[in-house]
Amino acid sequence: FVAYRGQTELLGPLRKIELYEMGWNLKDGLRECLVAAAPYGGPIALLKGHYRRSPSARPQLEIYSSSGLPLASFPWKSGVVKQLGWTVSDDLLCVQEDGTVLVYDLWGGFKRHFSMGNEVSQSQVLETKIFHSPYGTGVAILTGALRFTLATNIDDIKLRRLPEVPGLQEAPSCWAVLTQDRQSKVLVANGSQLFILDNTACTPVTPPGLSPQASSIVHMCVSFSYKYLALLTDSGHVWMGTSNLKEKLSEVDTKIKTPPKQMAWCRRPKSQQPSAVVMWDGLLIVVGECKETIQYHLDDDSVLVPELDGVRIISGTHHELLQEVPGACEEIFKIASMAPGALLLEAHKEYEKESQKADEYLREIKEQSLLSEAVRQCVEAAGHEHEPETQKTLLRAASFGKCFLSNFPPEQFVSMCRDLRVLNAVRDYTVGIPLTHTQFKQMTVQVLIDRLVYRKLYPLAIEVCRYLKTPEYQGVSRVLKHWACYKVQQKEESDEVIAKAVSVKLADAAGISYSEIATKAYESGRTELAIKLLEFEPRSGEQVPLLLKMKKSPLALSKAIESGDTDLVYTVVMYLKNELNRGDFFMMLRNQPVALSLYKQFCKHQEQDTLKDLFNQDDDHEELGNFYVKASYKDQRLEARVALLQSAVDEYYKAKNDFSAKTTEDEMRLLRFQRKLEEEKDEQLVGFSLQDTMTTLLSVGLHKHAEQLYKDFRVPDKRFWWLKLKALAEKEDWEELEKFGKTKKSPIGYLPFVEVCIKHHNKYEAKKYVSKVTPEQKVKAHLAVGDMEGAAEAAIERRNESEISTVLSRCSATTDHLLMERLNRAKATAVKK
Amino acid sequence: MASHLFCGRVNLNILREAARKDLREFLDKCSGSKAIVWDEYLTGPFGLIAQYSLLKEHEVEKMFTLKGGRIPSAAVKNIVFFVRPRLELMDIIAENVASEDKLKPREFHILFVPRRSLLCEQRLKEKGVLNSFTNIDEYILDLIPYDGDLLSMESESSFRVRQSLNECYLENDQTSLYHAAKGLMTLQALYGTIPQIFAFHVANMMLRMKREFAGSHTQILPVFDTLLLLDRNVDLLTPLATQLTYEGLIDEIYGITNGYVKLPPEKFAQKKQGEGGKDLPTEPKKLQLNSAEELYAEIRDKNFNAVGAALSKKAKIISAAFEERHNAKTVGEIKQFVSQLPHMQAARGSLANHTSIAELIKDITISEDFFDSLTVEQEFMTGVDTDKVSTYIEDCIAQKDPLIKILRLVCMQSVCNNGLKQKVLDYYKKEILQTYGYKHILTLKNLEKVGLLKPQSTMRNNYPTIRKTLKLWMEDANEQNPNDISYVYSGYAPLSVRLTQVLARPGWRSIEEVLKILPGPHFEERQQVPTGLHKKRQPGENRTTLVFFLGGVTYAEIAALRFLSHMEDSGTEYIIATTKLINGTSWIKSLMDNPEENLP
Repeated sequence: FVAYRGQTELLGPLRKIELYEMGWNLKDGLRECLVAAAPYGGPIALLKGHYRRSPSARPQLEIYSSSGLPLASFPWKSGVVKQLGWTVSDDLLCVQEDGTVLVYDLWGGFKRHFSMGNEVSQSQVLETKIFHSPYGTGVAILTGALRFTLATNIDDIKLRRLPEVPGLQEAPSCWAVLTQDRQSKVLVANGSQLFILDNTACTPVTPPGLSPQASSIVHMCVSFSYKYLALLTDSGHVWMGTSNLKEKLSEVDTKIKTPPKQMAWCRRPKSQQPSAVVMWDGLLIVVGECKETIQYHLDDDSVLVPELDGVRIISGTHHELLQEVPGACEEIFKIASMAPGALLLEAHKEYEKESQKADEYLREIKEQSLLSEAVRQCVEAAGHEHEPETQKTLLRAASFGKCFLSNFPPEQFVSMCRDLRVLNAVRDYTVGIPLTHTQFKQMTVQVLIDRLVYRKLYPLAIEVCRYLKTPEYQGVSRVLKHWACYKVQQKEESDEVIAKAVSVKLADAAGISYSEIATKAYESGRTELAIKLLEFEPRSGEQVPLLLKMKKSPLALSKAIESGDTDLVYTVVMYLKNELNRGDFFMMLRNQPVALSLYKQFCKHQEQDTLKDLFNQDDDHEELGNFYVKASYKDQRLEARVALLQSAVDEYYKAKNDFSAKTTEDEMRLLRFQRKLEEEKDEQLVGFSLQDTMTTLLSVGLHKHAEQLYKDFRVPDKRFWWLKLKALAEKEDWEELEKFGKTKKSPIGYLPFVEVCIKHHNKYEAKKYVSKVTPEQKVKAHLAVGDMEGAAEAAIERRNESEISTVLSRCSATTDHLLMERLNRAKATAVKK
Repeated sequence: MASHLFCGRVNLNILREAARKDLREFLDKCSGSKAIVWDEYLTGPFGLIAQYSLLKEHEVEKMFTLKGGRIPSAAVKNIVFFVRPRLELMDIIAENVASEDKLKPREFHILFVPRRSLLCEQRLKEKGVLNSFTNIDEYILDLIPYDGDLLSMESESSFRVRQSLNECYLENDQTSLYHAAKGLMTLQALYGTIPQIFAFHVANMMLRMKREFAGSHTQILPVFDTLLLLDRNVDLLTPLATQLTYEGLIDEIYGITNGYVKLPPEKFAQKKQGEGGKDLPTEPKKLQLNSAEELYAEIRDKNFNAVGAALSKKAKIISAAFEERHNAKTVGEIKQFVSQLPHMQAARGSLANHTSIAELIKDITISEDFFDSLTVEQEFMTGVDTDKVSTYIEDCIAQKDPLIKILRLVCMQSVCNNGLKQKVLDYYKKEILQTYGYKHILTLKNLEKVGLLKPQSTMRNNYPTIRKTLKLWMEDANEQNPNDISYVYSGYAPLSVRLTQVLARPGWRSIEEVLKILPGPHFEERQQVPTGLHKKRQPGENRTTLVFFLGGVTYAEIAALRFLSHMEDSGTEYIIATTKLINGTSWIKSLMDNPEENLP
C-alpha cells in the first residue's frame, strides 16, 4: 500500500477518513447522552442528562451539524424521551415513554406531534426504533405488554399492531425492522429463537448455518439497503447473511462474549465482501469474510451511524468515516500497482518533473490499449477521495491522459469536476454535510438542494443550482420560494420592506408560486403582507382560494374573473351569495359585469325568479321583455299567457323597442283570435303561426276569416297569394282557384299557378294559366304542362339561345323530329346575332 | 387504429397517446371491475380517443347512459361516472347515488371532462353525496385529434349545446376561451413553445395566455413556428355560405358528427344474387370519414364538380388492377396478386361507398332549389342587390322552406351589406315571425346580438372594400384543377383562410387598410423559447402554422387550408385547431332559442 496522507488511515481492506474535528464542546463527551445522527451526513441530536431523572435538572436537547456546529439548544420540558431519530426530510422525532412522538425541525422549532395509539400509551414504550423505507420514515415500538406497534410513514399514519410473539415473557434480546416485499416487518430474537412478524403472522425462522454453540442472539443489525442481516450470539459469533435468511455469507468469532453497544453494516453497494462493525466500550471490531478481525481502539464514547457505503463514527471529539476502500482507489494506490490508472498517475508525476519516464509509462498503458480505462479509473478514484489535493492530482492525471486520446467522451470528467466542487463546498466545516460521492448520486441534487434550504443556506443552494445548471423551476426558483417563505415569517421587518425584498429577489425567477409564499405569510398572521405578495402572482386563479380564506371576497372575485376560469368565478359568486345579504350581493355583482352575466346564466337554469330580480335591478327592460315572452310559453292557460305577453309588451315599450312590442301585441291578437275561433268553429289553432293559421282556415273553407287575418296583420300580397294558391290546390278546389286568379292581377305572376296545378297532377287546370304567364316565363310554363310546340314557339319568338337549348334538351328525337330542326335553325340565327 | 393521425406534418398521435395514458391511469385508480355511466354527449369524443377494447382491458364490464333513478344492477365493484361539469348532471348523479342498494354498496367515482368543477362538487355536497365518491378526478380532454391535421375541442357551453362565439357574445361567458387557452397549453407542453403568435379579436385570451405560459417552458424543440388565433367574429360570412367541397357537402346535407356520418341506407344495399332487392336495410348507414381511407383523403377536399371525374378515374385503376389476375401466370405472380387482394378489395368497397354518396349528393345539387339558392348566395357575396328585399327569400318564406335556410340567407345578406336597412330588416323579421311563429323572436334577437343580423348604421358598407382588397371573389374559379382557395365555394375565397394566406405571404402589413375595417384589434406576440431550442430550418423546409379557429371552422375552410399546405410554393403547412366543427346549419341552430323547449 502506498501511504495515505494525513487523515486517512488504512485498516486492511478498509479505510478510515477523518471527516471533522468536532466543533462542539462537550464536557463529558457523548457519555450519558441520547444521540441520533441522520444518515447522508445529516444533523446530530443530543439529549443530555437524559439518564439523570431528577426533576430539578431538565435534560437539554441540542442539535448540531455533522461538524459539530450548534444549530439549536433548548431545555426539554416534555415527557421522558425513549428515543431520538431523524426523518428523511431532516425533521427530528422524539419518541416519549407514553407513545407520543414530537416532531421538531432542525432549528429546534416544534412542528407537530402525534400519538402511536392508546394501546401504546397505556402499556408504555419499552423500546423503539425509527426506520426509513421507500414509503418514508417509520416508527416501530415495543410496548410494555411486549407487543409491537408500527407506523410505516409518519406523514400518513396508519398504525399497525403486529401479532403476538409466542413464548415471549420478557423483553426480547434484540429486534430490528426490515422492509421486504413492500412491507415493513419486525425481526425479533427471543433467546435463540428468531421470528418474523408481519401484518398477519408471526413466523419462526432459522438462519442457515448458525453456529450451534449459541444459546441466544444478543444483537442484530440490518444493512442500509435491508438486503443483509448480521446476528451476534452470546458465544461471540457474528453470523452474516441475507435478510431473507436464505443464504449465509460468513460467520466469524469475535472472541468477546460481552454484549456490544452497537453493531452496524459497513459495506459498499455492489461489494462482494460482507463486513460488519461491532462496537464495545473502547473497542471496535470489523468482521468480514475471513476469520481474522480488524480491531480498532476507541478513545472515547462513540456512536455508529450506518451509511449507504460505510459507517460514520462520531465521538466527543472526532467524526470519522469507516468504509471499504473503493475499487478504483485500491487499484491506483495499491503498492506497486500496475493498474492502468496507477501507471497514468505515475506518468503524470514524471511529466510534471519533466522526466522522460512519463513517456515510458504512457507507452506502457497505450500498448495495452488501456489509456481510456486509465483515465476512467483516475476520474472515479478522484470522486472517492475527500482530500481536495488528492482529487486534483487524480483529475490532473486524468486530464493529462485524455490528451492522448481522440474521441474520449468528456462528460464523465466534466460532471465529476462539477460534483466534486459541490461536494467540497457542502463538506466544508461551516456547512457540515460530509457526503460521499456515492451518497450524493443516490440522494440526487434535488434533495441536496432541499437540505441546504432547510439549513437556510440559500445563497449556497442557489450557487449549487446555477453551477449544476439545474432547470430554473426545480432549482433557483424553488430555493427562492423557500427563502421567501422564511423571509415572510420574520416578524421584525415591516410588510413593505419584506414585500419589496421578496419581489426584487424573485423578479426574474421563472415559475414562482407567490400564492404559496402568501399563504405562509397569512399563516404567520400577516394578512396585509399576504395580499401584497399575492399581487405578484401571475396566475390569478391561484390567488383566489387564499383571498377567500382571508375574507377578501371582492378581490377574490375580480381575480377569479381575471383568470378566465368560469368555474372559479362561480365558486366565488356562490360563496358570496351565502356570505352576503341579497342587496349587498347584487351590488357586488353589479360592479362585476362578467360575474353578473355568469350568475344570470346560472339563474336562467336554476333560479328563474332571481333572474327577474336581477333584470329589474338593472332596469334591463329588453331582457325583462324576453323573460316574460319565455315565461308565456311555459304557461298553458291562455289568460296567463296573454297577461305575460302584456307584461313583455310594456317592458319592450320601456326599452323603446317598438318592433318587439308591436310584434308581441300581434302575437296576443293572434292568440285571442285563435282562441275565439277554436271556441266557435272547433278547430285546433292555438300555437300555430299566422301563416299556418291562415292555411288551416282556408283548408276548412273559412275564407272570410283568413281574409280578415290577411288584412289585420297586413300580410304582404305575395305571400298571401302563394298561401291561398297552395291551400286551394291542396283542396283541389279548382273552381275557387280560378275565381281567385281572376280577382286581380297576381302579384306572384301566373307561373306558380301552372306549377302548383301540375304538382297536383291537373294538367287541364294548369293550361288555363299558361297564356297569362309573362313572356320571360312562357317557355318554362309550356314545358311544365308538356307542350313542346308552345315552348318551342315561345323560345324561338324570344330568340333566346339558352331557352332554345333547354327546349331542345327536352325534345325526343323520335317524335319531335321536325320541331328539333326548327329549333336548331333558330338557335343558329340566335347565336349569329 | 389511428393511422390517420400520423400522416400529417405533426404527429398528432402523441396527443391521442397522452390522452389514452391519462385514461388508463384513471381507470387503474379505481381497482377492480367497473361499470361506466356515460354522459351521452361524451361518448362521441371519447370514441376518438379509445375504443371499448381499451376500457375492457381495464376491467370495464358494463356501460350505461346517465339517467335518473337507480343505476341498473351490475355485479361490479366500481361505478364510474364520466360527465361534463354540469349542475343538472350532478342532480342526476346524486339521485343515482341516493337510490343505490344500501346492502351491496359499490364504490363511486367521478371523472369530470374536460375539467373538474368546484361548483359541481359543491352541488354534490349540498345533495349530501360528495363523500360517497372514492375518486373525483378530471380528464383534460381539450383538443381531440380528428385527423392528421385537425384538432377540435367539440366544446359546448356550460348549460347548453352552444359553441364559443355564441356563448361568448351571447352570454358573456368565456368558458370556452378559457378551455381553448388551456388546450393550447397542453399542446405546447407536448409540442414545445410556439415562438410566434398572431391573434385577431381575442386580446384578453392572448394576455391571459402570456401570463399562464410564463414559467412553464418545456424543454421540447418547438414543432409549430406560428400560432394564428382567428375569432369567428372576424369572418361571419364564410360559415353561412354553402360549402361546395365533397366533405363540405356531406356535412351540409347529412351532418358529420365526431368523424361519422349517417346516410340513407337504400343506396348501400348489398346486391346479392337471388334476393332481388328485398329486405332493404332500414338502419341508416354509418360511415367513418377520415384520411385513413385512401380514396376519401384524395377526394374529400375537391370541389364536388371534380369528384365524379376522380371517382371514375379511380374505378378504372381498380378494375385494371383486378384485370391483372389474367396476366398472372406463374405461381409467384398469382401469389403476389393474392397478397394485394385485401387492399384492392378495400379500395373497391371504398369506391362503391363514395360512388353511392356522390350519387346521393348529386341528386340534391342538380335540383333547381339548390341551384337557385346557390345563385342567390353568390349574388350576395358579389354584392348584387344586397340592399333590397330579395324576391327569392320572400318566395322561400312563402313556401315555408326550412327556417334555418331562410335565416342563413338573411344573415348572409346582412353580413354582405354590413347590415340591412331598417325597413328591409323589419320586413324580413315580420315575414319570418308571421310564417314560422312569434316564438322565434328570441332567435332573431340572438342573431342580432352576435351581429349576424343588424340594422345598417350610418357607416358605409365596407364589405366591397374587403372583398376587393382580399380578392374574396374570383370570377374564374377552377373547380377541376384549382389554383386558388376560392374553388371550395366555386368562386368565393373564405375570408378567414385568405387572411391566413396573406399573413404567411406577403404579411399583414400589405393589407393594413382592411385590417382597420375588420372587427377587433389584431396582435402579434413573441414567446420566449428556451435557449438551445431555437429551430434551425433546413433550406426548403416549410414553416408550420397552427391556425386556431375560435368559434368553429367549416370543412371547406379546412379544405382551403389544406390546399394552401399543398401548394408548391406556399412554404407553410397548416395544422388546424378549433372549438368546434361547424356548418351554417349547425351554427345557426346553436343560436336558436326555442322557448317551447324543456317545457315541464
